[in-house]
Amino acid sequence: MQTLEHSQKIIELDRVCFSFTNAEVIKDVSLKVHKGDYIGIIGPNGGGKTTLLKLMLGLLKPQDGTIKLFDQDIKNFKDWSKIGYVPQKTHIEMNFPVTVEEAVAMGRYGKRGLFRFPTKEDKEKTIQALKQVDMLEFRKRQISDLSGGQQQRVFIARALACEPEVIFLDEPTVGVDIKTQKQFYTLLRKLNKELSLTLVLVSHELDVVAHEATELGYINRTLEYYGDPNEFLKGAYFHELIGKGGIHN
Amino acid sequence: MFDIFSYSFMVRGLEAGIIIALIAPLIGIFLVLRRYSLIADTLSHVSLAGVAIGLILKINPLITAIITSVIASIAIEKLRLSRKVFGESGLAIFLSGSLALAIVLISLAHGFSVDLFNYLFGSITTVKQIDVSIIGGLGIFVIALIIAFYKELVYITVDEEAARVSGIPTAFINLLLIILAALTVSLAMPIVGVLLIAALIVIPVVSALQLRTSFKKTILIAEIISVFSVISGIIASFYLNLSPGGTIVLITIAIFIASLFLKENK
Repeated sequence: MQTLEHSQKIIELDRVCFSFTNAEVIKDVSLKVHKGDYIGIIGPNGGGKTTLLKLMLGLLKPQDGTIKLFDQDIKNFKDWSKIGYVPQKTHIEMNFPVTVEEAVAMGRYGKRGLFRFPTKEDKEKTIQALKQVDMLEFRKRQISDLSGGQQQRVFIARALACEPEVIFLDEPTVGVDIKTQKQFYTLLRKLNKELSLTLVLVSHELDVVAHEATELGYINRTLEYYGDPNEFLKGAYFHELIGKGGIHN
Repeated sequence: MFDIFSYSFMVRGLEAGIIIALIAPLIGIFLVLRRYSLIADTLSHVSLAGVAIGLILKINPLITAIITSVIASIAIEKLRLSRKVFGESGLAIFLSGSLALAIVLISLAHGFSVDLFNYLFGSITTVKQIDVSIIGGLGIFVIALIIAFYKELVYITVDEEAARVSGIPTAFINLLLIILAALTVSLAMPIVGVLLIAALIVIPVVSALQLRTSFKKTILIAEIISVFSVISGIIASFYLNLSPGGTIVLITIAIFIASLFLKENK
């Protein structure tokens, strides 16, 4: 059963290239993500981690190569409610007059579609998502009143609210203290195991990713490694990278 | 006591003023939170050029102002998306360009300078019955569209990328917002004047934001501030013989200052 489910392809990149005006950021990247995978993407700053994530989300368009989500070319992909996204915290304006509940309810908006008002079901799913991240008691609070770790949970809840099959996270623990980070990764592990949610996590913390993820991708313009995190740590390859200064452990 | 209501031009002014007071914060909250406040200023100057065109062509200036500002708003959004100009500099170009156009048109036809002065600083005596009808109709249109696209507007305001990933057509919603802003600005112009419309869109919202409450409550509070300022401003200007536009804005600023103190005591 596990293997049958696992064979379902969630994301597939085939020789994807992407350049900003002059600089080639992503070159010839091919990878497959299957249902239930927990992918950690690491790499040096400017190595293209976030760009790769944005390509997978359709926020950027590749100059070359193809990207498929759920076996469908991303250009024709419409089923966005299968996808949850937790952006880098720096992209979110924290002083907004938005309560926790309002923020999480937004996760349902895309699913509901244009000209449709939120329903009772949306409200229930919002509450359920808040329970999953253990933030229900904060639902009437303004987001800006919460700690960094609590805010991050709210954005996970927002991603969960649309009942996605895969969640993309971009450096979710930046600016969060170690203890909160631990709780955060425990939560991700739980979501991955219990809901068999596929996770794609971009991070600069090799040690965390190596311990949490089931698959590890090391990107520095090209995808230099993709596979078992333990093999990566053991391999001569890893030491070579440390030697080159490509990794800060 | 209420002899203000015996003057039909005052009643028209109040009617139009209340409609605008209701629309301005609805648009304003999305503009302010997206750091787009300056666009209200820009579009008001574009509307002024529209008014000048209307006066020259002898068409109702409200209609030409609406058309001009909607066309300009689409051009502004296209320019922003093209990333050919840096940051807000596109807005500055439109602002000075349309002001220049207005001045050149005025100098071409010397006769209408008094009328234009009214549009600059606002005068409720310039509100005609047809204006109230146009403002009422478009006001309903703007409010209906905001209700229809409320959740999408909120989502792109809070987190545009996540909104895009969730499948919301963000380019369309952005365009819709800027066109609604153009409509609102050209609607509000005859009441508070070109120079003051930005204030009515921005200040009630900024005051309400000081109270740090939910999105919906913030809108509600901004609405109350806006409607109160317009009604009390028009009444005060009538009895004290003041400029209504200026009075309304000074009241909103007084409320804004009060909101700052309220925040400190909170």
